[in-house]
Amino acid sequence: MTVLSILTYPDARLQRKAEAVQVFDDELQKFVGDLTETMYAGPGGVGIAAPQVDRHQRIVIVDVRPKLGDDCHGLMVLINPELVAWEGMAVGREGCMSVPDFTGNVIRAERIQVQAQDVSGRERSYECEGFEARAVQHEMDHLDGFLFLDRLVSRKTDLFRRKNYQKSQ
Amino acid sequence: MSQALLTVIGEDRPGIVAAVTQALYTADCSIGDASMMRLGGYFTIMQVIDYSRDLGSVEMALDPAIKRLSLRVHLDPISSVAVAADQPNTRVTVYGADHPGIVAGVTAALAAIGFNVIDLESESSGSAERPLYVMVIQGYAPDGIESVRKAVLPLREKQGVEVGVHPIEAAVF
Repeated sequence: MTVLSILTYPDARLQRKAEAVQVFDDELQKFVGDLTETMYAGPGGVGIAAPQVDRHQRIVIVDVRPKLGDDCHGLMVLINPELVAWEGMAVGREGCMSVPDFTGNVIRAERIQVQAQDVSGRERSYECEGFEARAVQHEMDHLDGFLFLDRLVSRKTDLFRRKNYQKSQ
Repeated sequence: MSQALLTVIGEDRPGIVAAVTQALYTADCSIGDASMMRLGGYFTIMQVIDYSRDLGSVEMALDPAIKRLSLRVHLDPISSVAVAADQPNTRVTVYGADHPGIVAGVTAALAAIGFNVIDLESESSGSAERPLYVMVIQGYAPDGIESVRKAVLPLREKQGVEVGVHPIEAAVF
């Protein structure tokens, strides 16, 4: 498997809308493997979306075990994901592998239900909450060309220089 | 490139930011960290500028705006220091019925534990009969968030204000 290189802001390719995955073949399987590896190698290591590595397809991977241990769904491969239900609102500080140096306060739904296909094309449904729900929403934004910067309200209270940014590919 | 801290104060009206920044732009200055906000009836600007010519030419460029908008301007050359090492790790929120001594009481408690205030915003609001004071402090607590809680939570009783202490931590996705 290969660690892919990450696009960073202000690269215009991060703003492209991603297209649905139609073909579920070996090549997709290999790409998902590489994308997963790239996620684990990143500074956060809990989520990634295909557009971040310049592949403009609706593929998101989330695994918040590094943060929550086993109290979550573990590795989720979400292909063509759709939010089918959401409730609650919470403010949380987010950073992004594609936006080095800054973090910002972003409002997200607290609980979500997401429908997606897995790497073989099978329909899946997940209910997520809290940190895991936030990660899924953050990554799904990448599919529509949004960064957390697009969701800030106030620079003064919402955007902070990030400390200890370790590495980006 | 040299750096200066530019302070601008003037009665609030539309066009102050535009006039000041346009003047800086024509004088080949670039703007770094900036705080621009209305305080009372005045608009205030404090910002770090990088200038390539001398400070005199910066002042000259600002002069028409100063006269037209009745601004008070102050330029302090500063040494180009690296971005301060301490990043905020704690946010302290305080609100309650306004009375003298809230800020002094809270910041004295913070100073005693070596807390470095990086950003303090406050607002007096509410009605004349029931003035309300709100303050949000962000800073660096060298001994961690528990030391801040111990230091400021007793002020709830002493000052009769609500005090909250929150970690500033970010999840990188």
